[in-house]
Amino acid sequence: MSLLELQDVSMIYGNVKALQEIDLTVQQGEWLALMGPSGSGKTTLMNIIGCMDKASSGSIMLDGVDFSGVTARNLTMLRRDKIGLVFQQFHLVPYLTAVENIMVAQYYHSMPDEEEALAALDRVGLKERARHLPSQLSGGEQQRVCIARALINYPMLILADEPTGNLDETNAKLVLEFFQQLHREGHTIIMVTHDPRVAELAERCVVLEHGRIINRKDQRMVCREEAIS
Amino acid sequence: MTKQSMYFTMIWHALLRRRSRMFIALLAVAIGATVLSGLVTIYYDVPRQMGQEFRSYGANLLLLPIGDQPVLAETQMISAVRLLPPDKLIGIAPYLYDHIKVNEQPLLVAGTRFEAVKKVSPYWQIRGTWPAEDSEEIVLGAEVAERLQIEPGQLVTLAAADSDGDKKVKVAGIVKTGGSEENFVFVDLSLLQQLLHKEGMISVAQASITANETELTTWTQTIEQQVPGVAPRLVKQVTQSEHTVLGKLQALVYLVTIVVLLLTLICVATTMMAVVTERRKEIGLKKALGAENRSIILEFLGEGLALGTLGGLMGTVLGFFFAQGVSINVFGRGISFQPLIALLALFVSIGVTGLACLIPVKIATDVEPAIVLRGE
Repeated sequence: MSLLELQDVSMIYGNVKALQEIDLTVQQGEWLALMGPSGSGKTTLMNIIGCMDKASSGSIMLDGVDFSGVTARNLTMLRRDKIGLVFQQFHLVPYLTAVENIMVAQYYHSMPDEEEALAALDRVGLKERARHLPSQLSGGEQQRVCIARALINYPMLILADEPTGNLDETNAKLVLEFFQQLHREGHTIIMVTHDPRVAELAERCVVLEHGRIINRKDQRMVCREEAIS
Repeated sequence: MTKQSMYFTMIWHALLRRRSRMFIALLAVAIGATVLSGLVTIYYDVPRQMGQEFRSYGANLLLLPIGDQPVLAETQMISAVRLLPPDKLIGIAPYLYDHIKVNEQPLLVAGTRFEAVKKVSPYWQIRGTWPAEDSEEIVLGAEVAERLQIEPGQLVTLAAADSDGDKKVKVAGIVKTGGSEENFVFVDLSLLQQLLHKEGMISVAQASITANETELTTWTQTIEQQVPGVAPRLVKQVTQSEHTVLGKLQALVYLVTIVVLLLTLICVATTMMAVVTERRKEIGLKKALGAENRSIILEFLGEGLALGTLGGLMGTVLGFFFAQGVSINVFGRGISFQPLIALLALFVSIGVTGLACLIPVKIATDVEPAIVLRGE
């Protein structure tokens, strides 16, 4: 069953065609890696899938709901209810502790629940660091808080933008193990990455170039080649 | 944890854990509130302070005998005084004017109560001393003393112009005012009444009252209606110049207050704009996490209002000390704490901060959530 379905999606900024006629389907529970050089349209595509931007044309279905023509307020509600975001630069609120950062996502979604937030931190191995500010946490710890925050509202789709891009090898490995575990649990993941080892963990890899998806035939191979080049 | 307590946690931590940033904003609000509260206190205290200052220039209300009557009874003066508010009455000095011989020289004499004169005419400069209470000592005007070659401490002979009896009295002091007082001999009222056989009679009573022209006019009308035989008159030069000077001073302070209010508004708005600009990423993140514009507005307004309250409280207290300092240095008198002004300053600070937050908050809602993925 497809969770996400993009048909003929284009994004045009003035004269620049950031995305051109994108067709993409992501199945429930699938892990998709999104690769491509800088300026290929990865971020634009992530913004559209993550309900943070509206496509110029085409249709986007998420969990059976077409959100290509909805209002900004409805996009916010969709994002809040169905999407979990993990960022390369972690993006934690600097003046809130780890547990409070998770509760912020609950606060905007429904009701803050400290116990549940602590349990989410426990799951990523950071319960002991719950009362620490982001500045008191390592990069790996911050990313784990970010993952816990992305999961706290039980999203249908996890969008991760280079989640290991700012981490050392040990922490990157730890974070990827979490993603593997999430995948095993049935979460649907779309992950932007430049790292072929990360892309290999995904079930499928899509490569973007000049705003178009290329080489649909053997995308896993293309991902490898893309990483090598 | 409820939504409300999470909201206050976010506001509180945004202020507390970003101390250095928020200190600047707090300083802007507190300085504005200090000047505002101080100036408003001065604005309302200036009439009282200046009113008291003007009282040192002499009487502003005269009680005269009606029509062509030469004298009025002291009891009439007392009846009139009862109609004046005791807390505003600085003093009332009765005067009985006539002629008298001092060392055989005919001179103008004024019988008065010296204790009252000290209050009503504090500008009198006495060489020597004031006459002791209940004594028969006198004060000579500087011109008279010079003409008679008399120094303080000397004895002189007083005699009524149409009487043979005389009395030896001591000159306690010599008064210098630069006015007509220098041509008079001042003696105790009871002594003069006795010498002239005019017991209980006075020519005029000079009153010094802390009040504006309107209040004085009202009281003169009341006295006119309720005390027959007494004609109350305002000393126009004093009351009108007092009214003019006070009006101008208040207008000046009012103008400065408005300017300070505008400057505070600009200062707080600029600081809040800087706060919003440096937190664009945080706003984008919150939006990416699902925050609606309403939530962002409430959070920034909450921070602004908390700053306004905190800064307003600080400013209200500091403003009182500022006004106290100004009052002591300019008028030489302290001021009393006015709870209503303190409340007003606090609410104005909160209001001004809230108003100053409107544009930055609008900017905050325009931030796109996509900036967190673009890495801007």
